[in-house]
Amino acid sequence: MPPETILPARRHALPPGLIVLALAAVVLAASIAFMTVGVKGNWAYVLELRGRKLAAIVLVATATAVSTILFQTITGNRILTPSIIGFDALYALLQTVLVFFLGAGRVAAFDPRLLFLLEAASMLALALLLYRWLFLGERRSLHLLLLVGVVFGLIFRSITQLLQRIMDPNEFVVLQDRLFASFNGVNPVLIGMSATAIGLVGLAIWKRRFVMDVLLLGREPAIGLGVDYRRLVTLILVLVSVLVASSTALVGPINGFEPISFYGVLVANLTYLLLPTFSHRFLLPAAAMIGILLIAGGQLVLETLLGFDSAVGIVIEFAGGLVFVFLLLKGLAR
Amino acid sequence: MIEVEGLTKRYGATAVVDDVSLRLPEGRLTAVIGPNGAGKSTLLSMIARLMKPDTGRIRVAGLDVASTAGEVLARRLSILRQENHITARLTVGDLVAFGRFPHSGGRPGPEDARHVAEALAALDLAPFRDRFLDELSGGQRQRAFVAMTLAQDADCMLFDEPLASLDIRHAISMMELLRDLCRNKGKTVVLVLHDINIAANFADGVVAMKDGRIEAVGDTGEVMTGERLSRLYGLPISVERNGGSCIVNYFRSRD
Ligand SMILES: Nc1ncnc2c1ncn2[C@@H]1O[C@H](COP(=O)(O)OP(=O)(O)OP(=O)(O)O)[C@@H](O)[C@H]1O
Ligand SMILES: [Mg+2]
Repeated sequence: MPPETILPARRHALPPGLIVLALAAVVLAASIAFMTVGVKGNWAYVLELRGRKLAAIVLVATATAVSTILFQTITGNRILTPSIIGFDALYALLQTVLVFFLGAGRVAAFDPRLLFLLEAASMLALALLLYRWLFLGERRSLHLLLLVGVVFGLIFRSITQLLQRIMDPNEFVVLQDRLFASFNGVNPVLIGMSATAIGLVGLAIWKRRFVMDVLLLGREPAIGLGVDYRRLVTLILVLVSVLVASSTALVGPINGFEPISFYGVLVANLTYLLLPTFSHRFLLPAAAMIGILLIAGGQLVLETLLGFDSAVGIVIEFAGGLVFVFLLLKGLAR
Repeated sequence: MIEVEGLTKRYGATAVVDDVSLRLPEGRLTAVIGPNGAGKSTLLSMIARLMKPDTGRIRVAGLDVASTAGEVLARRLSILRQENHITARLTVGDLVAFGRFPHSGGRPGPEDARHVAEALAALDLAPFRDRFLDELSGGQRQRAFVAMTLAQDADCMLFDEPLASLDIRHAISMMELLRDLCRNKGKTVVLVLHDINIAANFADGVVAMKDGRIEAVGDTGEVMTGERLSRLYGLPISVERNGGSCIVNYFRSRD
């Protein structure tokens, strides 16, 4: 026996696979309830409407949860989300520019598929451009990326505000409507397009679920274990960008216009809390399901059952904000 | 076998590794010694492709380090760095199991489990397997990282100050373990050591570095002389041979 103190081993009793299964059951139950609770009158119509809404929620929640977890894995940080580089601000700028120069009427008459592609493509371009900064040096360049992201966000926001000030007030009202994330009345064709993109990205990520665990060790240990670090991280950033771009183009910026997404932070940290594992094969599906539960379950309870209209977003932002502050304080205390 | 040819790394105008050429044959335990800032860690990092050299070529087990796929190299070469800090919360068992990634691809089989168990046992860590890294003492944590590097079971193993914060009993048993790996398994082990007494008594060969250059290289007996060591460290040092062991004395010779 070595002369060292030995504490009893501690391991969490529930295996993560079981937690993921339990989550799946809860998500299934919540989805059925979401589709059926309180339906009156024309079932076919209501089911179609709610089905579309649920599909949009599933896509956006999955994309946000998965992209946040991956972004946190490669940055080794639990507060950041991919939107730090100003996705939401760019989306707002795009919408504002379109309405300002073309007029609300013409924008509304646009082919939605074209608009979706335009929005997704410009966000993707921004992401790829900025994420390249991550590799300017051998280390420390994450700070550079964040700084550049914040500066870009500021520029986008200032132009947006300027245009909004000098805009026709009637058009401004229409614009404001477009700038809020809404799961209602999403075009089914767009749901199909974004589902295809998110599904393909999901497959690419699932194929690499084991090597993503190695990234948690950091750059040098990962290289030592044979990971082509630069290539893998670049690929993940591309996949993350596609996820965020296609979900934001689908429903608008779910994170409001803050530079930090509280929804993503909330989902990711709830996942870490619930699943004491580092394995992405458990974390990623669990995060997606927790993300779905927060929005769909929240809407079911708060809006359908209790009748508080559009309260979910506020509650999620509030809870996410609290988690964020808690994480910051914990980081400071250390 | 590790072959290094004309290796240079510059920061600005200063070369911290300056035109270094080396051949480290297999089955030998080589100690790299030298004062702080000599370029020892930089040399090891470049051999392990963690850092790109400005010029020079490196071959490990016949593979060119710059052009061989990372996953192929990872089965031939492992490295323990001088500083190890991991933000993720891992247990000792998790960490050591990561050492098997080049072989298991993340799906460990019985062979991997055996290597992990052996590495844990070899470093006296079996009772700590389920403990989180941040719940260990400094020396215990250091042993966990060494165990991970061992579990990788590469032909060439590089260790940057593996004895840092180890007590003497664990230091000696780790050196015996590494020497055994060279003798009986034909591994090539290179380690940076500050304890020149350990180097004098365990290493087959010594590379002495200073200011990015190799001051001396050869069998331990040849390199570890009072005169050479005094010049290397800028301190009066004498070497006393006493039967089988060798004592490097940097105290008495001062007056
Ligand atoms: N990023 C950097 N920029 C400039 N100089 C650097 C950088 N990293 C290391 N150096 C310098 O390179 C030299 C060699 O460093 P290295 O870490 O290889 O030394 P070492 O021999 O391992 O020393 P020690 O015994 O202290 O670990 C040192 O003088 C150090 O100051
Ligand atoms: Mg060093």
